[in-house]
Amino acid sequence: MSIKVINEKCGGCKLCIKSCPFGAIEVVNKKAVIDLNKCTLCGACIESCKFDAIVLTKLSPTDIQFPNKFGQYKDVWVLCEQKKGVVQSVAYELLGKGRELADTLGVELCGVLLGEGMKEEAQKVIHRGVNKVYLVDSPALKHYQDEPYSKVLIQLIKEYKPEIVLCGATSIGRSLIARVAISVHAGLTADCTGLDIDKKEKLLLQTRPAFGGNIMATIICPNHRPQMSTVRHKVMKEAVENKHHKGKIIEKSYDSQVYSSRTRLLDVVEEIEETVNLTEANVIVSGGRGMQSPENFKLIEDLAKALGGAVGASRAAVDSGWKTYSHQVGQTGKTVCPKIYIACGISGQIQHLVGMQSSEIIVAINKDPHAPIFSVATYGIIGDLFEILPELTRRFKEVLKR
Amino acid sequence: MNIIVCIKQVPDTTNVRIDPETNTLVRSGVQSIINPFDAYAIEEAVRLKEKFGGLVTIVTMGPPQAEEALREAISLGADEAVLVSDRAFAGSDTWATSYTLSRAIQKIGKFDMIICGKQAIDGDTAQVGPGIAAFLDIPQITFVKKIEEIIIGSTSAPEHHGTSVGYIKAERMTEEGYDIIESPLPCLITVVKEINEPRLPSLKGKMRAKKAEIKKLEAKDLDADPDLLGLKGSPTKVVKIFTPPPRKGGQILEGEVKDISGKLVDLLKGEICL
Repeated sequence: MSIKVINEKCGGCKLCIKSCPFGAIEVVNKKAVIDLNKCTLCGACIESCKFDAIVLTKLSPTDIQFPNKFGQYKDVWVLCEQKKGVVQSVAYELLGKGRELADTLGVELCGVLLGEGMKEEAQKVIHRGVNKVYLVDSPALKHYQDEPYSKVLIQLIKEYKPEIVLCGATSIGRSLIARVAISVHAGLTADCTGLDIDKKEKLLLQTRPAFGGNIMATIICPNHRPQMSTVRHKVMKEAVENKHHKGKIIEKSYDSQVYSSRTRLLDVVEEIEETVNLTEANVIVSGGRGMQSPENFKLIEDLAKALGGAVGASRAAVDSGWKTYSHQVGQTGKTVCPKIYIACGISGQIQHLVGMQSSEIIVAINKDPHAPIFSVATYGIIGDLFEILPELTRRFKEVLKR
Repeated sequence: MNIIVCIKQVPDTTNVRIDPETNTLVRSGVQSIINPFDAYAIEEAVRLKEKFGGLVTIVTMGPPQAEEALREAISLGADEAVLVSDRAFAGSDTWATSYTLSRAIQKIGKFDMIICGKQAIDGDTAQVGPGIAAFLDIPQITFVKKIEEIIIGSTSAPEHHGTSVGYIKAERMTEEGYDIIESPLPCLITVVKEINEPRLPSLKGKMRAKKAEIKKLEAKDLDADPDLLGLKGSPTKVVKIFTPPPRKGGQILEGEVKDISGKLVDLLKGEICL
């Protein structure tokens, strides 16, 4: 692939400069010049050019090996993450999407389950509509550990050759799957928010946000199998449970070498501080600098409790020591997409917005009418949060009978 | 204790504005910085060096201008810096980047630990750290928020010449809390913000950074298969980049506190009951 500017056609209009997400284009002497050190060949400038003056030579036919070479690779796999022996909801979300992909491709949907004593959970996975569950049951797999999990998954992939492998973009998924993708030489796309099939080429189209969600990129993996993605929590819809659905459980076991680990898990510590799990929450109430003191976070906690939600915080609040880092939403904290996000006393710096702007409904409470948070808020309230929050908590308690 | 820190130069999005008309990042005048998570990695490495002795070597793969990031890292207390730069690396995805960096690290030599930031703020993949560990076949601990203990002993066994034998015990952040994990050295860790508070460059450090010699590695210097580098070596290809439709501001609720609260409760209650 290569990119060049046809100088005769270039009008020097600078539209391409604006379109370039990587700051790789300059106009010198009224002609566009592409800095190849910065260019990633994404093609955004090509669409912006009104003179057809930029040419990107796409993948040549020899670059793409046609999918029939991968004929032995079939089926869509979902890695069903479990914690304490319970399959996590992100797995059921992936099975929902996985079913669509498998049907479009005309292949089977399979769950992959690693753990100890997971037979019953395997049955639950079947009830979510899979054709097969590959189950590897061993005391060595009771808790997640990088090496045994990656070695088992590599073995399974090598033996059964799936064409697509999906996994949650969780702390476990993100640690595990990169190791696996390297070893099986697969393409891996992180944090996808959209998955689809190119019906003609039978390729997985993976769409993901970059630069904190300010641009979206669609990524393919033409020459390697499997095609692997991690997918964000709460983006896909859960597969519906059907207790009559039937599927096969294929049990596998491996010798001790595969289960061995150089690292040792010494302890699993749960911080029992309210409901911290932001990434799974349907409702998040977040506080920022406008809360003024750590004590005032009580107002946030009360509302979160009334709504059955989690407590978030802006970087300003975390840096001031009002809340611990595990609550931080935004670029250097967590990316969340709950159904309802209530931002209290948060001005809405871009670093915060990129962590929450894909929430379904955003409510902003701030006394500054010019706060940037209002530009993304579904409902904005300009006013004093110390008056509004207790009133909201009282009314929600009343309505929801909590 | 010899530590290698992998860093990336990224655009400083803290100073970035969004163009309200096009909804894209306004990048003109945007400076490049060391990826914020990598700053924690540098700090942790320098602290370990101060405690145990040894060298901190910074590695980055990127365009020639990434040299600035390396000099900044030296001003923060690192000892040596290596720039891995070649047109042949352009278009690398995380697979090819992990491969290239692992080959560069092999060239640099023996190490006890590799530290990376948990992810870069431009790509957000968090894949390159584990990717390097996989290529080098060393254990990893991701998302480390605290190093509890490092025990180092020395050995005269020839295969360990130049490195220490030892263990690291660290806290790995999870959704619910953290895991405590022990790993033999050498290993790779990726770190989160909570691990430390990076220092500012010292005057002495800045002077040293100015004069420091930056070692350069090109494709031909690495023991690497050219077919596995850059765009050619990358299993994933970007086929389209687009700007998501802008999120529009909605309704402003006005009136007395009572009225506004009532209105909001009415608007949201249906969503919450579900």
